[in-house]
Amino acid sequence: MPAQGAGAGAIADRRGRGCSMIWVIQTLNGVAFGMLLFLLAAGLSLIYGLMKILNLTHGSFYLVGGYIGLTVMRLTGSFVLALIAAAVAIALVGAAIERFFLRRFHLDELPQTLLTFGFLFIFADLSLWIWGGNPLMLNEPQIFARSVPMGDYAYPVYRLFLIAVGLAVAGALWWFQEHTRLGTMLRAGVDDAEIARALGINVSLLFTLVFAVGAALAALAGVLAGPVLSLYPGADFEVLILAFVVVIVGGLGSLRGALVGALLVGILDNFGKAYFPEFALFTVFVPMAVILVVRPTGLFGRR
Amino acid sequence: MTVRIWSLAGALAVLALLIALPDVVRGYYVALATKMLIFALFAMSLDLLLGYTGLASLGHATYFGVAAYTVALLVVRAGVNSATAFPAALAAATVTGVLFAPLALRARGSYFLMITFALAQVVWSIAFGWRSLTNGDDGMPNVVRPDFGWSLDNTVSFYHFVLATVGVAALLLAAIANSPFGRALRGIRESESRMQALGYDVWRYQYVAFVLSAFFAGIAGALYAYYNRFVGPEYLNVVQSAEALIMVILGGAGTLLGPAIGAALIVYLEDFVSSMTEHWVLVLGIIYVLVTLFAPRGLIGLVVEFRQRRAAK
Repeated sequence: MPAQGAGAGAIADRRGRGCSMIWVIQTLNGVAFGMLLFLLAAGLSLIYGLMKILNLTHGSFYLVGGYIGLTVMRLTGSFVLALIAAAVAIALVGAAIERFFLRRFHLDELPQTLLTFGFLFIFADLSLWIWGGNPLMLNEPQIFARSVPMGDYAYPVYRLFLIAVGLAVAGALWWFQEHTRLGTMLRAGVDDAEIARALGINVSLLFTLVFAVGAALAALAGVLAGPVLSLYPGADFEVLILAFVVVIVGGLGSLRGALVGALLVGILDNFGKAYFPEFALFTVFVPMAVILVVRPTGLFGRR
Repeated sequence: MTVRIWSLAGALAVLALLIALPDVVRGYYVALATKMLIFALFAMSLDLLLGYTGLASLGHATYFGVAAYTVALLVVRAGVNSATAFPAALAAATVTGVLFAPLALRARGSYFLMITFALAQVVWSIAFGWRSLTNGDDGMPNVVRPDFGWSLDNTVSFYHFVLATVGVAALLLAAIANSPFGRALRGIRESESRMQALGYDVWRYQYVAFVLSAFFAGIAGALYAYYNRFVGPEYLNVVQSAEALIMVILGGAGTLLGPAIGAALIVYLEDFVSSMTEHWVLVLGIIYVLVTLFAPRGLIGLVVEFRQRRAAK
């Protein structure tokens, strides 16, 4: 993520003054990035938990969602409209992929993985065709286009907004899962889809719904990331891999795991890029490898 | 019996054709055929794991890439003789398999896919990130080809070297697949619990299959480093792993011959489509979808189905 790396580097250059404030700022940057990862990982994790699908198209939902948001923003100038359009469009795409393709291979992991890989390629090439190869920056909404003083530094409000959005989505998903009828069905489905079906839960509808919502969350992450990380070919892959690290660390099928994992990976990635640029990816992958060895089901995963 | 004689005659004819190929086609296609052979071996090595043992790995490029990088690091950085680097590369790939297999084999199904994917990313991140050693994204050029008394620098002699190496490796793979060990692997693919009940140490069989497939992938990787005289992090990429998977599936998993054909076909298509349009990636994506939907048992599977249908009539 070059744009973010550059930002962190600029901040690190002024390291002499207010050393502790730098840590606060770096941590906030990490949390903001972690929140974007959470939006991706939540969908990835729920899709896996419910359907056992390793969705490699998830990064494409993020990138194409971001690009759609960018186009809508350029046409209408409205960030809210950009978010809505991206989420709705990608939700429909996700639902179609689940209904017409993945469903045929229920619980058959290899064809499903190959299909999602195929769609990854198709979306990557189509978006390169439509939106070109240069990084594109989304404009942040007017009200957030300023900074707040933080010690000797000025911190962009937009990043604080990202953190707020992430927390709000986490809260909403948790409430949905724990306190609604559909959420109960979802938990039942994650525990045992067969039994849930036998109990009369419309698992088929639930599958499509969860896939669509997961895709929409990834699209939201793409639009929200636009003003900070910019959108470019290859971003789909980068976020996909980090989102996978998040779910491996946090545990598949667990919302809480996705949140904790996302914050952890976001912060590690940020500090890694700022302080050990050569081993930036390593600071993320090594903890993942350790967790795989010590606790293969992740921090919050069940067996 | 006659079937056997015919297939033996067929195999010999194909071999004769392959040996004589440089006399028939021009240099560009000899180089392309060399690449096809290398990827045929890569796909066959994965087939041992996927088709015979029933373990779908999304990290097979790791062993391919580790061998390629070992060759490059030894030759370019340490000034080791290129021929000496070859066995070292195979050892490196095998050791990586020995280390990763116990981690990956804790899981099955989609979790196995994910763990192999994650482990592959760790290795990729080293190659990508450790610039002072590997040149990161730029890769390492100037990987000289080995010299066994005769130079492999010209296209034709290198082709024959690859043909001989891949041929021997393929025979070994076929021998493994048809041995009692190979039959046990197929039993495990069909039913782990049943083989366990029969007294087979399933884990150990899977472990050995995993390491063997890493070894053979290493041969392909080392050859590929010589072929391009270059290595780069894309050798270790998940895209490379997924390409191996589609080669195996396209040809027909569990047949060895099928994956070799699948590999040759994908390599040819990539060359052909890239010469006409910039959208090879789009075409590749569509191939993934079409193969999964319409030829889940591969081209060999289609042929078998066709024969059965004709026999039924």
